[in-house]
Amino acid sequence: MERIPILRMGSFLLVTIQVDMHDRLAMTLQDDLTTKIVQTGADGVLIDISALDIVDSFIGRMLGNISAMSRILDAETVVVGMQPAVAITLVELGLSLPGVRTALNVEKGMAILRASRTLLGEEENDDVSLEE
Amino acid sequence: MTTPAGGSRITEVLNVQENELLQEWIAEQRQSGAARPDLIAAADLQDQGREFLGLLRQAVQSGEFSNINIPAWSGVRDLLTELSRTRARLGFAPSEVATFVFSFKQPLFAALQKAHAGAPDGFISDIWTVTQMLDKLGLLTTEAYLKSREEIIARHQEEMMELSTPVVQLWQGIVALPIIGTLDSARTQIVMENLLQAIVDTGSEIAIIDITGVPTVDTLVSQHLLKTVAAARLMGAECIISGIRPQIAQTIVHLGVELNDVITKATLASAFALALQKRGMTVAKVSQIKS
Repeated sequence: MERIPILRMGSFLLVTIQVDMHDRLAMTLQDDLTTKIVQTGADGVLIDISALDIVDSFIGRMLGNISAMSRILDAETVVVGMQPAVAITLVELGLSLPGVRTALNVEKGMAILRASRTLLGEEENDDVSLEE
Repeated sequence: MTTPAGGSRITEVLNVQENELLQEWIAEQRQSGAARPDLIAAADLQDQGREFLGLLRQAVQSGEFSNINIPAWSGVRDLLTELSRTRARLGFAPSEVATFVFSFKQPLFAALQKAHAGAPDGFISDIWTVTQMLDKLGLLTTEAYLKSREEIIARHQEEMMELSTPVVQLWQGIVALPIIGTLDSARTQIVMENLLQAIVDTGSEIAIIDITGVPTVDTLVSQHLLKTVAAARLMGAECIISGIRPQIAQTIVHLGVELNDVITKATLASAFALALQKRGMTVAKVSQIKS
């Protein structure tokens, strides 16, 4: 069965959706991602949907759900690279995804995750200094 | 019964009495008020009439009166189409354009009556032929008139749409969309698409929507604005709405529209200042930088 790969980058998880999302694939992604967040203790998830040009209400809701689940697991989600047509469709469907953070591209999304991580607290500074 | 080529005297009348017909016809047009001396010069009208008569004479040589779609009539058809087009542009009413052809009936009937003196059967037959022919030509002018009017309207609409939705880049990462005129659903769609595309193209994180030029903001317009803002946010850009006039601020509150989640500013200048601040930039005087 096809799966969407989840890549680990430091303390962040990177998900790039490059195929047409169908409902089962979305559910699998939800499962895999939550498992992976718990496994790795990641504190940021970046979902790149720049290659996604068709969405329906289910996929829209799923994006919202994933982001809500990650927040419960203490990882912030940023959705990046949404196509204009997709954005219009989601808004017309009444899904403006209020709880989801967004960014124009992967680079800016990463910047947001890094910024919020440094804001989170000074405790993590210990880890950072150890790495250095 | 006479055949058009044999007993008919239409061709003959057109050939022999061309000048008389033309003068009477033009007088008829003047009288009916369709000549519109304010829009078209008398000499031009005369030229158009003469050209039409000349082409009509050639066309009737073919002996075909009822079917004006055959190649022999192409000269007349082209002339009338072109004439209707120009007149539509000049501001003629459709009835005035059609009258150009229909007013030719009276002089032609009178001439035919004289030519058929003492032969009522041939006269009636010719009248019928001529009426059919001129009616078809008259309808042709109306069709051409409407077509050219539609073209004009379509072009104007296109121009309006293009004019109405420019997205301007104010700074690196800051685009602005000044909206002028009422926002309806169709325009919102175009505005939204243009703005989102511009956000992608320029990689802008901040979009300023300036509604100084929007005359009224009702619940529908504000809903459209909120949709645009939500779509831009989904793409990762932040929206600032600026140019809210005092009356509009009052209307928005009276209508109970929730604009709480959107940053709003009174002027484009203050929105731009905020945008720069968000991007970590500022505008300063040269002297201040040097000191």
